[in-house]
Amino acid sequence: MHELSVCQALIAQVEQLAAQHAATGVKSVHLRLGPLSGVEPQLLQDAYPIACAGSVAAESALLIDIAPLKVKCETCGAETEASPNRLLCGQCGDYHTQLVSGDELLLMSVELLTGVA
Amino acid sequence: MCNTCGCNITPGNRTHAYQPVNGVTAVSVLQNLLARNDDQAAHNRRHFDQHQVLAINLMSAPGSGKTALLEATIDALKNEFRIGVIEDDLDTENDAARIRAKGVPANQITTGSACHLDAHMVHDALHHFPLAGLDILFIENVGNLVCPASFDLGQHRNVTLLSVTEGDDKPAKYPVMFRAADVVLLTKSDLLQVLDDFDPMRAESYVRDLASSVPVLQLSARKGLGLEAWLHWLRNELAQQRARLETGATVRPKVQPDGVALHA
Repeated sequence: MHELSVCQALIAQVEQLAAQHAATGVKSVHLRLGPLSGVEPQLLQDAYPIACAGSVAAESALLIDIAPLKVKCETCGAETEASPNRLLCGQCGDYHTQLVSGDELLLMSVELLTGVA
Repeated sequence: MCNTCGCNITPGNRTHAYQPVNGVTAVSVLQNLLARNDDQAAHNRRHFDQHQVLAINLMSAPGSGKTALLEATIDALKNEFRIGVIEDDLDTENDAARIRAKGVPANQITTGSACHLDAHMVHDALHHFPLAGLDILFIENVGNLVCPASFDLGQHRNVTLLSVTEGDDKPAKYPVMFRAADVVLLTKSDLLQVLDDFDPMRAESYVRDLASSVPVLQLSARKGLGLEAWLHWLRNELAQQRARLETGATVRPKVQPDGVALHA
């Protein structure tokens, strides 16, 4: 899997934010991941300390929220929960659905250490 | 009581209170984790559009017949369109050599041990690869049903191959990959007569379970079976790309705009 390279891309983004805000360190990094994002949360957690070592984000905590998998049916309009390999409408069973939530791979927020105000 | 000076923090709720704001700045970001890759992919896509090239990303497990499909496609279309190929494997120039033997320009990326292409690798390859005069550029991704699905390269369309010597339930096992497909090709279909465990209808129904209505086509590149439907799809995509370029529009693989729209 490519969790380490995803983590490295994440750290690059966090470093950029830290530089923009003249931060001296990073307290936490908050992500939101969906089951269809193609990224495994636990592997990301495992890769994180390696990716952030030596960066401004070293010592920071990685917090991951899991987004629910939901589809909206184009036929009956119902919004229902689904599983990664069965994205059918939970109401009428049709496969003409749109994913409403579940493929997120988002950096939500960071908490930066910006020195005592 | 207010939210400014801390007078709203009581002994009862102190443990839930936010940490003192001194020295900590919370920054809301809401950006895709792969934003850098996506920026580079958008740059690649503009580059393809400026050169009026349709870029197609081929993905599958190793040995599903991506290179054989390209050879058959080049044979069928070489008098109709100018085709270029970016090949990608962990090592060797073998696949690029097979494509060059067909008289078509090919650039081989070797990723070392990396399991997928990303937009930066494709961008680097484009520096060594003249797009001028090409109609279709095929990017043959690393044989892998997992990682390549997550990285936008700047392509216009994704093609996912599933050979009939694999299981017909692969779309259920690798949903992220098969959901990313704009067309699914069931390859090596000439072998169906000797295989009793691959049911093309079942494979298609697993694709439909992913809320995908894309075409599922059967073909055999080696025996030249069922190629016409694939070539028709390709010609149609090229016509659509040219019509889009007239209006200055572009397109990303079907699955990706959903996410972008949802998270905008």
